[in-house]
Amino acid sequence: MIDHLPRYEKMWLLIGIGSIFAFLVILGLLGAALGFHPPGHMRKLDPEDVKTAAPFNQPALTAIGPNEYKATMVAEMFAFAPEEIVVPKGAKVHFEITSPDVVHGLLIPDTNVNMMVVPGHVTEFDYTFNKSGEYVMLCHEYCGVGHHMMMGKLIVR
Amino acid sequence: MFDPKDRKLIMAHLWFSFLAILIGAIAGLLQGLERTGFIQLPAPIGYYQLLTVHGVMMALIFTTFFIIGYLYSGVTRTLGGRLRDGQRAVAWIGYAMMVIGTVMAAVKILTNDASVLYTFYAPMMADPLFYIGMALVIVGSWFSGFAIFAAYGKWRRANKGKPSPLFAYMAVATMVLWQICTIGVAAEVVFQLIPWSLGWAQRINVELSRTLFWYFGHPLVYFWLLPAYIFWYVNVPKIIGGKIFSDSLPRLTFVLFILYSIPVGFHHQLMEPGISSFWKFLQVILTMIVVIPSLMTAFAMMATFELAGRAKGAKGLFGFFRKLPYHDARFFAAFVGMVIFIPAGAGGIINASYQLNQVVHNTLWITGHFHLTIASTVALTFFAITYTLLPALTGRKITGLINRLGIVHTVVWAIGMALMAVPMHIVGLLGEPRRTAFTTYMDHPVAAVWAPYRKLMGIGSGFLFIGVLLFLFIALYLSFFAPRTKPHVDFPLGEVYEAGHRPPALLERWSVWVGLTIVLTLIAYTVPVLDLIRHSPPGSFGIRSW
Repeated sequence: MIDHLPRYEKMWLLIGIGSIFAFLVILGLLGAALGFHPPGHMRKLDPEDVKTAAPFNQPALTAIGPNEYKATMVAEMFAFAPEEIVVPKGAKVHFEITSPDVVHGLLIPDTNVNMMVVPGHVTEFDYTFNKSGEYVMLCHEYCGVGHHMMMGKLIVR
Repeated sequence: MFDPKDRKLIMAHLWFSFLAILIGAIAGLLQGLERTGFIQLPAPIGYYQLLTVHGVMMALIFTTFFIIGYLYSGVTRTLGGRLRDGQRAVAWIGYAMMVIGTVMAAVKILTNDASVLYTFYAPMMADPLFYIGMALVIVGSWFSGFAIFAAYGKWRRANKGKPSPLFAYMAVATMVLWQICTIGVAAEVVFQLIPWSLGWAQRINVELSRTLFWYFGHPLVYFWLLPAYIFWYVNVPKIIGGKIFSDSLPRLTFVLFILYSIPVGFHHQLMEPGISSFWKFLQVILTMIVVIPSLMTAFAMMATFELAGRAKGAKGLFGFFRKLPYHDARFFAAFVGMVIFIPAGAGGIINASYQLNQVVHNTLWITGHFHLTIASTVALTFFAITYTLLPALTGRKITGLINRLGIVHTVVWAIGMALMAVPMHIVGLLGEPRRTAFTTYMDHPVAAVWAPYRKLMGIGSGFLFIGVLLFLFIALYLSFFAPRTKPHVDFPLGEVYEAGHRPPALLERWSVWVGLTIVLTLIAYTVPVLDLIRHSPPGSFGIRSW
């Protein structure tokens, strides 16, 4: 069947398939060589235990190295804990976040922080804040009647 | 001429879909004006309730009923002129189940007992009747598929060794895709959501439910797109006075869609926990492969246009573009849809690009994307199908005035989408989340930047509502009031340009393609799904958070 393709169609498909192949190689290299993967993680926990078991019973920002922090967060109807995070400029933040109730999201506009928060699972992502300013943390997954009020702040000094 | 009994069946499907688009459009307008700050909703109506109505009516009910009605029309015309009584009975059973299911779900949405959006979002728990209604819609659509398969099987047995008519082949391919992909959502609804909402099961495996949904959720968009492609491949050549470019390549295109639109659902879940990077990336690769049949379609359309234009005396490299019948609403609406699909498809490649998805996931960019694809390319083609099919069904004619109104309607639609979908893309990049009621986030400066784009989106939704009203007026006129005409306007079905070359018999061996699809799906899903089941967290109780 392929040998019946007109010559121009072969060229057209070659360019198209070639571009897609190039895209995939770039995406794959960014992931495999530079470690740029979207957020996720295989850690699991009972959503009932979020409020009682460490570390999520005490959501907080903890220093773990020179200008390196772990943000242990809980997204629940309809707020984030902690609701405000302050870090110095250039800080690398390891986010770990879960939910005791429904599915939420964590989006920080003007950054690449974009995570789904699924009850029973922990989502992790690392991001370095190189620009100072006041960022807003938003829930970007429909979670109920107060969804559009669910927000927090992240301040980079 | 359609058999009166088939005409009744097809008209019933089309008009139920038109009712759905009216309800969906009313919800869309109110919701569009609310989230952009133009109006405040009266207390008993919730934004998320309207969003559920809009999604269910537009994405599931309008599309499914319309598509099945259109497929029946081509199947009856190309497979012997009419459905057999048994096939028609099965078709009506499917229709009845889908109507009953829609009404059940709609009642529960209207009483605000199911504001969980059409994507279900467990562990938010809706009323069991909503889930049962949705299950009836899905199972009903299987019966519609059985009717089409039966008509096709009957024709094949009576015409041994002959390649099936192109329209019928594509209709079968579309329903094969649909039957395979709806197994996922049916499993979610029947084995997870219904027992859980009835209290028979306490907890639900949330990530598994999301995975089953998106196993269905991406081929769903190809279930919308393929009928539009059928119109482009089969009906458009006849409308523009040309020929179908090839009889084999469109079939190969549809086979590729069956193979590669299903094992790709993880690209909707790239930001989610519980699925490892390897499986996400594997499905990103498969997602990119599904671009190829669309590239083939783009080539075939251009070739068809060129053949038709040159036959009419077009000169020069692109002179054929001037010979196309832009004054014909049946062509113009579909053509505008094709043009919009170029940027819309490119946007889709961005969305599927693994890490790049972090920039756009769950922002209004995505909403803008599918308003260009489903709500422009597909919807405009469905409008063109309506203008083509209704006269053939009713024996009425498109008057000059109605044709012009169809052109105006297409222009209004395109303007509305330009005003709505383009700002959605931009404001999405600036970080405005989708599925979110009007909010200024306590007057935060980040959100203040979004304000002008919101104004444009609100105005766009006004244009689109007018567009739907124009469409419904035309559909009403063509169905019941337009002057009758003799001779009867026929349903335009194209003929193949090079009739000598026969499509390879292998393309008609469905067992091969279904088998390969199952193999690919098992490769892409077995390990991660088993992991979600075996290493699942204890699960979630139902919550009513609206």
